[in-house]
Amino acid sequence: MNKRKLLAGPYLIWAIGFIILPLLMIIYYGLTSPDGGFTLENLSAIGDSIHYKALGQSLLIAFGSTCISLLIAYPLAYILSKNQGSKKDIIIMLFILPMWINFLLRVLALQMILANTGILNGILNFFGLPSQHLLYTRTAILIGMTYDYLPFMILPIYNAMCKIDRDLIHAAADLGAGSKLIFRKIILPLSMPGVISGIIMVFVPSISEFAIADILGGSKILLIGNVIEQEFSLTNNWHLGSGLSIVLMVFIFISMAVMNKNDAEGEGQMIW
Amino acid sequence: MKKVKVYMCLMAAGVVILGGCGSSDNENAADSGNTLVVFNYGDYIDFTTIEMFEKETGIHVEYEQYVTPEDMYTKYQSGNIPYDLICTSDYMVEKMIRNGEAKKIDKTSMEYYENLDPTYLEFCRAFDAENEYAVPYFWGTVGILYNTEMVEEEVDSWDILWDEKYENQIIMENSMRDAFEVPLKWKGKSLNTTDEEELREAQALLMEQKKMVMAYMVDESRDAMIAGDAALAVIYSGDATAAMEANENLDYVVPEEGSNIWFDCWMIPDSCKHPENAQKFIDFMNREDIARINFDYVYYGTPNKVLYESLDEETKEDYTIFPAERTLEKCEVYKYLGSEIESFYNQLWKELKAY
Repeated sequence: MNKRKLLAGPYLIWAIGFIILPLLMIIYYGLTSPDGGFTLENLSAIGDSIHYKALGQSLLIAFGSTCISLLIAYPLAYILSKNQGSKKDIIIMLFILPMWINFLLRVLALQMILANTGILNGILNFFGLPSQHLLYTRTAILIGMTYDYLPFMILPIYNAMCKIDRDLIHAAADLGAGSKLIFRKIILPLSMPGVISGIIMVFVPSISEFAIADILGGSKILLIGNVIEQEFSLTNNWHLGSGLSIVLMVFIFISMAVMNKNDAEGEGQMIW
Repeated sequence: MKKVKVYMCLMAAGVVILGGCGSSDNENAADSGNTLVVFNYGDYIDFTTIEMFEKETGIHVEYEQYVTPEDMYTKYQSGNIPYDLICTSDYMVEKMIRNGEAKKIDKTSMEYYENLDPTYLEFCRAFDAENEYAVPYFWGTVGILYNTEMVEEEVDSWDILWDEKYENQIIMENSMRDAFEVPLKWKGKSLNTTDEEELREAQALLMEQKKMVMAYMVDESRDAMIAGDAALAVIYSGDATAAMEANENLDYVVPEEGSNIWFDCWMIPDSCKHPENAQKFIDFMNREDIARINFDYVYYGTPNKVLYESLDEETKEDYTIFPAERTLEKCEVYKYLGSEIESFYNQLWKELKAY
């Protein structure tokens, strides 16, 4: 027995107790009925109109927040990676800083900002603009998710861009490539691994999100995460909840597989 | 076959690990012997009374809290912690009595049981026919909390919650029975109806209302009303009282069609390992001075007659916590409807939320 292997012991116990066993339990519950027999009903329950509508809503909102994050994060990461010096560090710091605060607290703060009598409407009214009804709408959920997951998009893209060899860019410029061409032929392809990591890190957690939908959506919009959560806490039907979780996991695996396949030609270096 | 064995080994390992967590708690409890595991709603007791109990009896209290009765039941059923004493709402008490998950309480051993008002014990018979299992702790109603600056008309009926004037200014209860109770009582039905057609009608009304609802909330509705974010909210009387103290423009009413009157009761679940300590705790809660400390903290209706009679006139006439008899007569206690209707309710609720 190699002594160094012992060091992996705590992680092994952690992985078995908190990853593998729960996963097996979900699979067990998902494939059995309350009376203990094998069934696929919990999986096919996704065909129920309530469930697939909820899944559709989740996919839509997750897709939306991923796109918005990407649109904000990519130019920002590009600009930051081109600059040198301490100013850059401060800006990076500003994006990481909110991650030090619990995400639920940040969502609650957002609730205060977006409320009818909240800070945002206070500012709008001060400038004589009409109040916006934002809180407890789909837009509020979208804002909340984007706000929460944006750092997960910025950091991998920024890292990927920093790793791009400056000599490649200089060489291309020497050979007469314009800045647009350099961007298209060098920076964009070489930053793709970061983009893909970012997309996965934003899309995957937001598709199963339920707390943000409850707090910012006023419990009016049912996402697949809410359905699963309610099956466990309210209805006490762990079998259906697990079955729907398995379906959700399949969707996540598919989206990850699609993303990884697109990345096959790239260096394939994941930064998550 | 091999796969099955591997799987079973893993499951067994899981049972050992999970079981291990549970039993270590048990052992701790058994070691010190003189303990009591109490499970109550969050923010529903003045902690000084627990300290006083510990000091007077030498019993160590482990105090756990939950948000909804459904949460409580899930945790109780998982069996990880052997709860000795649970405080929960009427319909959940009834469900647990029916499932044989409640132990009888020995009233004769209690010194202060007499302090309880027979009127309220009579109400409790709706879910505990012989007053054998549950001892009421607090009671209250569900009604409408409204902002007098935003609502100019007099509020006396549930129909105001369907008035399009108040679009996006209405907060509904985000709990199944409290949401369905509103259209049922409005249309003169019993809130304990098991008639599927009546429930479908109630659901249709709630769906029609959904586009006007600002949000479905439970505890957060109090803060939203204080902040003036909404004009009307369906709310528990206790939360209403607290909100009215913080914002003087708020007023609370139990609509004339009647509503729900609810009781939160102490009960001893079958997981109880220290029944004597649990009895002592219940009795302690009924003592006048202890009941007063908790009443001042929680400010819900108290079933304690001795305490009620000693209150000053102003508190006694506070119709938010002690509504008029005429209103109370039309109120009903929730009854457990059986697992079949319960799952029908769940389905209706899910359909409403997805609508």
